[in-house]
Amino acid sequence: MDVGKDKLLEMYRSMQKIRHFESSIRDLAMANEIPGFVHVSIGEEASATGICAALRKTDRITSTHRGHGHLIAKGGRLDKMMAEIFGKRSGYCKGKGGSMHIVDFSLGILGANGIVGAGLPIATGSALAAVIAGRDEVSACFFGDGASNEGTFHESLNLAAIWKLPVVFVCENNGFGEFTPMQTVTSVKDIAVRAQGYGIPGHIVDGNDVMEVYQYATEAVARARAGEGPTLLECKTYRWEGHVVGEQAFLGEEAYRKKTEVEEWKRKCPIIRFHQWCLEGGKISEAELKKIVSETEKELDEAIAFARSSELPDVSEVTDDVYV
Amino acid sequence: MPQLNFIQAINSALAEEMERDPLTFLMGEDVVLGAFGATKGLIDKFGAKRVRNTPISEAGFVGAAVGAAMAGTRPICEVEFASFFYCAFDQVCNQAAKLRYMSGGQARLPITFRAVFGAMGGAAAQHSETVYAQFLSVPGLKLVVPSGPADMKGLLKSAIRDDNPVIVFEHGGLGRLKEEVPAGDHLVALGKAAVKREGKDVTLVAIGAMVPKALKVADKLAKDNVSVEVIDPRTLMPLDEETILGSLAKTNRIVVADEGHLRGGAAADIASMVAEKGFDSLDAPVKRVASLDVPIPFSPPLERAAVADEARIERAIRELLGN
Repeated sequence: MDVGKDKLLEMYRSMQKIRHFESSIRDLAMANEIPGFVHVSIGEEASATGICAALRKTDRITSTHRGHGHLIAKGGRLDKMMAEIFGKRSGYCKGKGGSMHIVDFSLGILGANGIVGAGLPIATGSALAAVIAGRDEVSACFFGDGASNEGTFHESLNLAAIWKLPVVFVCENNGFGEFTPMQTVTSVKDIAVRAQGYGIPGHIVDGNDVMEVYQYATEAVARARAGEGPTLLECKTYRWEGHVVGEQAFLGEEAYRKKTEVEEWKRKCPIIRFHQWCLEGGKISEAELKKIVSETEKELDEAIAFARSSELPDVSEVTDDVYV
Repeated sequence: MPQLNFIQAINSALAEEMERDPLTFLMGEDVVLGAFGATKGLIDKFGAKRVRNTPISEAGFVGAAVGAAMAGTRPICEVEFASFFYCAFDQVCNQAAKLRYMSGGQARLPITFRAVFGAMGGAAAQHSETVYAQFLSVPGLKLVVPSGPADMKGLLKSAIRDDNPVIVFEHGGLGRLKEEVPAGDHLVALGKAAVKREGKDVTLVAIGAMVPKALKVADKLAKDNVSVEVIDPRTLMPLDEETILGSLAKTNRIVVADEGHLRGGAAADIASMVAEKGFDSLDAPVKRVASLDVPIPFSPPLERAAVADEARIERAIRELLGN
């Protein structure tokens, strides 16, 4: 498909931001500088970026416990995200949400969610709101292969299909639900075939190819916006890191997958692949890509500094925001 | 003032609020036909876009109501029987109740859930439960239990206008109860109890369908010169502690009557609040009247044996007064 240079640069920047952010989070967590559980999405940058690149600012997304990448791709600010993960008052949720629950309503980010499968009905409802209000907004719903076994997956696809709601269901199939290989707990080889059961289109997408993701997303979003209903996209990808940062400490190495398997996927790195694709035929110069990397590094350093220097919430805030 | 029954009061509140705000809409199981009559005819006024039959899939459509609310509309979501909330517990308790707090105040969740509850004559345990106590430990929700048509209309209208998730529990046994309902824009504030009958010897806090029963008991005891003050909290969350404690300060004795179970129930919650904050006013221990700790049985005599009734309320008051 024909994509302008600005769009390519924006996508490249998004992928680099996700990679740098997630690598930093992993390191900060290992250094015990941030509280709680963190789940990083290194290796999955193409699906987040390709989907969000097809959306408008006024479109909405729901995300998962592994949500940083989706939020960054939708435009989330690194400094406010980082501060939230540090539990600081200056974070997106004033320190009440943390890594798994970051929200930015101004960007249509209805939230990462700590409950597997919970985003599916929420995105369906968000799409319903667009219909009720007569606005041509689309909702994109990120979820994992594990969530496709939750009842909410099936109920949401059915509901969105019968009401022809403008929602794009995006399964990021990274092969594992927590520590369990997908094929041992899922009745089908490809999640995309489940779309047939609900009478909607389902496509298997190379989740490590950002341009392929972007192309399928663009078609699904156009279909949704035209009132033709939902689409299920299954982006096949892989997480380089564990389910949760630090899991080796209690699981040991190679508890549920071989290092060789991880290495094999690292060779399919979505960023290196896109980098090379951008250079081919002189679409983008090496210097332009390098500039994006150095700008990203700077933005990230600033985000960490912002988070470190921000204040912790005052305990008096503990009772704020329970009700409107 | 027009005489309306419980169901008609619900119907008129829904119609008025949907008329008022085009972003308000109705979704749920069989709302087009109106399984209990409460939503009957609304599709003719508001069309299929705003009156939506959902599939029987509570987790899906309750979660969709959460998403629709976050995205700027005002869903009224009917879960036919309150026991069905168990199928959608995550969406109510983890999502609707928490997302405002977890988002640092960004999310707004103006959802009204409506559900029929209570023993209503041979529906058995999975359709007869009084489930509001299950939600009392979930901060972020508001819980409304109307006891008659006028309050029903006023509380439901307030619930729909509220920007927080509110569950309105409608007792299935009150459907044909009729009373005068103020015409026009009749609102009852959430968090304000009603003194249904004034008295001086004992305070009887009654919830939902216990209120008409409490009033009958109060009438009966009046003939024996026992003066019972009947308080209907109307909303359990927030709870109007002031009115309850104020009444206790006058009567110095209190009975709490609820159709829910004894253990961990709403009566337990109110009784412990009274014991903690009203101890100095008490001339006798707080008494609870609640249903037995068994699933509500099917067979009529067993159902009557399980559910709190007028005789038990009367007995509790007489014991408390030592007569």
